Amino acid sequence: MDNRIEKRIELKAPVSRVWRALTDYREFGEWFCVKLEGPFVPGQVSRGQVTHPSCEHVKWEAVVQKMEPERLFSFTWHPAAIDPKIDYSKETPTLVEFRLEKTASGTLLVVTESGFDKIPSERCLDAFRRNEGGWAAQMKNIENYVTQKP
Amino acid sequence: MSRRSRSRAAARLRAHAPVFAALGDDTRLALVAKLADGRPRSISQLTAGSRLTRQAITKHLRVLESVGMVRCSRTGRESRFEFNPQPIEGMKQYLDLVSEQWDQALSRLKSFVEGSKL
Repeated sequence: MDNRIEKRIELKAPVSRVWRALTDYREFGEWFCVKLEGPFVPGQVSRGQVTHPSCEHVKWEAVVQKMEPERLFSFTWHPAAIDPKIDYSKETPTLVEFRLEKTASGTLLVVTESGFDKIPSERCLDAFRRNEGGWAAQMKNIENYVTQKP
Repeated sequence: MSRRSRSRAAARLRAHAPVFAALGDDTRLALVAKLADGRPRSISQLTAGSRLTRQAITKHLRVLESVGMVRCSRTGRESRFEFNPQPIEGMKQYLDLVSEQWDQALSRLKSFVEGSKL
């Protein structure tokens, strides 16, 4: 099972612009929908409040790992930590990495999130419950997935 | 699948160790892929074609069994192992959920840096 997520997106904006949108805490907050308390500093905890309409009760917390200008920004956090009744802090966090590459038309942004092998099975169960409708169709997908990946 | 057996599967899943860790091994991944056609197999059948010993394969099967990913049944002296897809299913939906949140965030980022309104 591939236990990481990778997203690639072409942005029609210079690398310097994308870098600012990722690492300036106010700009990051604009598109990520989170109100952060202060700037990102490698090795330090970043805290804030989620501003997304459906998740306004959710606190945002991450530990900034690397900031290599216009190249790499990374942090660790607890993905989909949206249930206020759960203490996620004892669980192993995942690592999120934003990599930037200059292209002819702007910037290629590659986002990876890894470390899902340490995610407790309860988190999987929550997701499973939230998405019961697609169950039958998903069954087929899983079957295809595991048979194609011997 | 009935609601009842689904909730039984859920209860079993809750009780077990992380499924991701169980699949983070090439041998176990290969065993799951082999069993994914739904046909139960004996340990001998699962060992055939592998460089590992019967004992090693059995150990891996027990790990998969401990997270509910395979079921074991006994016929006389022979154990047969069968694939149980529920734990994988829960894990996949978890990844889908996280993945979808990234899609939404990155589409907002695109609008943001490309200058259009959010």
